[in-house]
Amino acid sequence: MSEFESLAVPGPIPTRVTRPFWDAASEGRFTLQRCDTCGAWIFYPRSHCPQCWSPRLSWQEASGRGMVKSFSVIYRPGHPGWAAAAPYVVALIELEEGPTMLSTLVDIAPDSVKVGMRVAVRFVPVGKFALPMFAPLSRSE
Amino acid sequence: MAARSPGAIAGIGELKPVRRTQGATTLGLIAETVRLAVEDAGLDKDAIDGLLVGPQVGETPQHVPATVAEYLGIQPRMANVVDLGGASGAGMVWRAAAAIAAGMCDAVVCVLANTREDEAPRSPNRNPIREFDVPFGASGANISYALPMQRHMAKYESTPAQFARIAAAARDNAQLNPLAIFYGHPASVDDILASPIIASPLHLYEIVMPVAGGEAVVVVSAERARGLKHPPVHLLGAGEKVTHRAISQAPSLTSGPLKPAMQQALARAGVGASAMSLLSFYDCYTIMVAMTIEDAGLCAAGGFGRWIEEHSLGHDGDFPLNTHGGQLGFGQPDLAGGMTHVVEAVRQLRHDAGARQIRNAQLALVTGNGATVSEATALVLGADA
Repeated sequence: MSEFESLAVPGPIPTRVTRPFWDAASEGRFTLQRCDTCGAWIFYPRSHCPQCWSPRLSWQEASGRGMVKSFSVIYRPGHPGWAAAAPYVVALIELEEGPTMLSTLVDIAPDSVKVGMRVAVRFVPVGKFALPMFAPLSRSE
Repeated sequence: MAARSPGAIAGIGELKPVRRTQGATTLGLIAETVRLAVEDAGLDKDAIDGLLVGPQVGETPQHVPATVAEYLGIQPRMANVVDLGGASGAGMVWRAAAAIAAGMCDAVVCVLANTREDEAPRSPNRNPIREFDVPFGASGANISYALPMQRHMAKYESTPAQFARIAAAARDNAQLNPLAIFYGHPASVDDILASPIIASPLHLYEIVMPVAGGEAVVVVSAERARGLKHPPVHLLGAGEKVTHRAISQAPSLTSGPLKPAMQQALARAGVGASAMSLLSFYDCYTIMVAMTIEDAGLCAAGGFGRWIEEHSLGHDGDFPLNTHGGQLGFGQPDLAGGMTHVVEAVRQLRHDAGARQIRNAQLALVTGNGATVSEATALVLGADA
């Protein structure tokens, strides 16, 4: 599954606010921030809730499931480090909790991807990070 | 006149696009583009007392307007950076008019220019896109337009050929613009569909060609403009909207911030989109034109493909669209690419567009778009009564 493991590509540069997301991912846990004040689920991680500007946010385990809102099969990557992986699939995942995140799809042939497809998170090693990528939802999920 | 004119464009300057520059500086190209625009306006250098510049002046990361003003030897009473991506050019025009109407200054030069040297540094970005998009293999602008396009195709069953038609029309129009990078290089729908897929569903020829160039306009009061060399082109309405930065955060993938921006501009001008002599629509990708046609209300959401098939988009057609070739035909000189849509509208409304002149051109709707369908500015421009 780690078709991307050997790539020399730019990894995330965590900040104080975002570090818990990447730390949890390295333990195989998919977490999102949730606003203590208005209950909104938040992605990407922020210092304040984008709905109500509350600074009181907590990290919570999330389902790790979502739906492909759109996707693109990348033949000519914008960064040369990704050329060895092309063609690969980048997708917008509408998470069950509400927010949308951009990620990579794995364990599926590019010409089988469909808008509306249900997917679940898979942690894939890329460099020294475990990145939350997504694969078609299996029956047990 | 449908509305009071709060400002007018009196001069334009434009550099011929080139694929590569050799030893050029951004400041140098800005100076040349400004010179051409101020000369075209028939003004003296010292009459320029307002300056609007883009954020990517290569030689300095901070204090950009002061650096440019010093380089030009002017002492403006209003100086600012306009940082709206491809909407910067259009965004400069209304800000210049507003600054004049506010009594801050009398003559503003708005300029964008870029170099394309062989050794360009990679961006040192530390923003959310760098942290949450780039690590997943999503670098560069192409993906941020491929995703809305795929969504449009899934939602409305729009086809690759319908999108390709937009690029083919741009190439057709470029055949009447000797400055265009694709002058002498038309492309049919079949040619576009045969070009390689870069990021599905986007084909290579549906993506602008990066070039170096420069575009500028001079804005003065309507009263001042009447005493100058060319017939003034009036700003009749403007609208702006910024909704997000990363494509994952877009409120919609099939309708953008240009919708409210165009509504505001058209309402201020008191005219409708279908009354335009020229649609000068920002076209970094074919999907951008498709969304803009729909967001302008020229057809229903999802209906651009049929609309394009039913209309003719050349200077002699029923809906002239991007008569200079658009950026898809002219080339995209970075942020100056957005300003080509303003410059072409001025040419048409001055009745100075030569072989591609639209008969009796009276009104133009100009759009600018930045980032990932994020930043939008719309202008309604009108010919002098």
